[in-house]
Amino acid sequence: MSTVYILWLRQLKRYFRSRPRILGALGQPLLFLVALGFGFGPIYQKAGGGNYIQFLAPGIIAMGILFTSVFSGMEIIWDRQFGFLKETLVAPIPRLAIMLGQTLGGATVATIQGMIVFVISLVVGFRPESLTLIVLAPLFMFMIALLFAALGTAIASAMEDMQGFQLIMNFLIMPTFFLSGALFPLQGLSNIIGIIASVDPLSYGVDGLRAVLLNNAHFGIPTDLLVLSVVAAIFLAVGSYFFSKIQI
Amino acid sequence: MDSINIIQVTNLTKQFNGFTAVDNISFAVEQGEVFAFLGPNGAGKTTTIKMLTTLLRPTSGEMRLNGFNPLSEQDEVRRSFGIVFQDPSLDDNLTAMENMEFHGVLYKVPKETRRTRIEQLLKLVDLWDRRGDLVKQFSGGMKRRLEIARGLLHHPKLFFLDEPTLGLDPQTRNHIWGYIKDLNKQEGITVFFTTHYMEEAERMADRIAIIDHGKIIIAGTSEALKQQTKTTSLEEAFLALTGSTIRKEEASSTDRMRMVRRMWTRR
Repeated sequence: MSTVYILWLRQLKRYFRSRPRILGALGQPLLFLVALGFGFGPIYQKAGGGNYIQFLAPGIIAMGILFTSVFSGMEIIWDRQFGFLKETLVAPIPRLAIMLGQTLGGATVATIQGMIVFVISLVVGFRPESLTLIVLAPLFMFMIALLFAALGTAIASAMEDMQGFQLIMNFLIMPTFFLSGALFPLQGLSNIIGIIASVDPLSYGVDGLRAVLLNNAHFGIPTDLLVLSVVAAIFLAVGSYFFSKIQI
Repeated sequence: MDSINIIQVTNLTKQFNGFTAVDNISFAVEQGEVFAFLGPNGAGKTTTIKMLTTLLRPTSGEMRLNGFNPLSEQDEVRRSFGIVFQDPSLDDNLTAMENMEFHGVLYKVPKETRRTRIEQLLKLVDLWDRRGDLVKQFSGGMKRRLEIARGLLHHPKLFFLDEPTLGLDPQTRNHIWGYIKDLNKQEGITVFFTTHYMEEAERMADRIAIIDHGKIIIAGTSEALKQQTKTTSLEEAFLALTGSTIRKEEASSTDRMRMVRRMWTRR
């Protein structure tokens, strides 16, 4: 337990000490909110969708969490060759504890990042509609963060170096974001895109956030929570397996 | 007689996709010894250390470290040794003190012992005054000293140092060997190190083993090695034994990452 805690604490300390990283990671969500939110706003309104910023904000919060958590998981690639991870791998502690500490730390950091994006979205004009359901928002943020931090850990444990990083970004993380319904409603989509969106775990995270922030769900809160929990559990198991197999 | 050998390696082999990095080597290191493990780049030094320290599984062969098996008794083995890796493994965004504390928690050193031991070790490597500074502000030599202090925190019986003085100036190197020699004398720690500086090995090591192409070609005291090769210095003996051609080595993924890292970090 103390191992998990100390590794978690380390991630938080690192996060709060690297202000450039916090600011850097906020640039993209802010750009998306402003450019897409105000750019597509009028068309979305004309098409009868209502206020686009309202619709978009939960998706962008999810995006901030997605990128932060995947990156923190993938930091392991560096860390195991040139960092603290190597020191933990020769310590008399179970690999599972290291993996959990690392993943939980990354997930916590990503959740905080999600909260900051939420605050930014308030500044840009987002207004949550349900003040009772909003207490569930951090839960959904953490579920998204945990799921993708575990995915990042799994990928990083199976990868040798940063060579495959672009591949992962362009063929896994970007599609996960763009096809999740973060930017467009899932109702009335053509078959293929609809099917892809329904197997994209981020769709359920975005939907959950929309449910608790706007009272407007496509799948519904129970389904969202169930899917997120199951997929997170699977990724954690896969991540632990690959992590236990790491040889330097 | 096994009990006095802190490291006992028998017929150890490691193959990577058909390439034999370590080829059927056997050697022993006695308790309290300073043992130098020398060889050209790519000879199999680091691979051997990784197998001994539970980071890599051998293809075949037997190992005993402090009487324990690195494959089946990992935690006992891990508690027995301290290590300074070839690449720094400190957390740059933590302070010297925090890096030490983390190590203490990972090795479950009780809080009281931890505090006194950290103070003692940081004073030993002259970093006590800098304990509150972030490691990223440290020079290469300071980082090395901190890693040495950290590796000793849990009172290991055996200390691995993989090229501990690489890239350091003579003053720092001298200091570092001073600490190590003191620890070897005072606490009786067995030291197992690799280096490319032959005069360090000649000066510090009780015994030396030279590995090349995955095989140990000779082992013994520096005197014995010089006598057998009829040379006057260890460097000459080393070159006589391993040849003077420069090794062809393909860059591994680690080397590529090391390059990128150098480009992105100032020190």
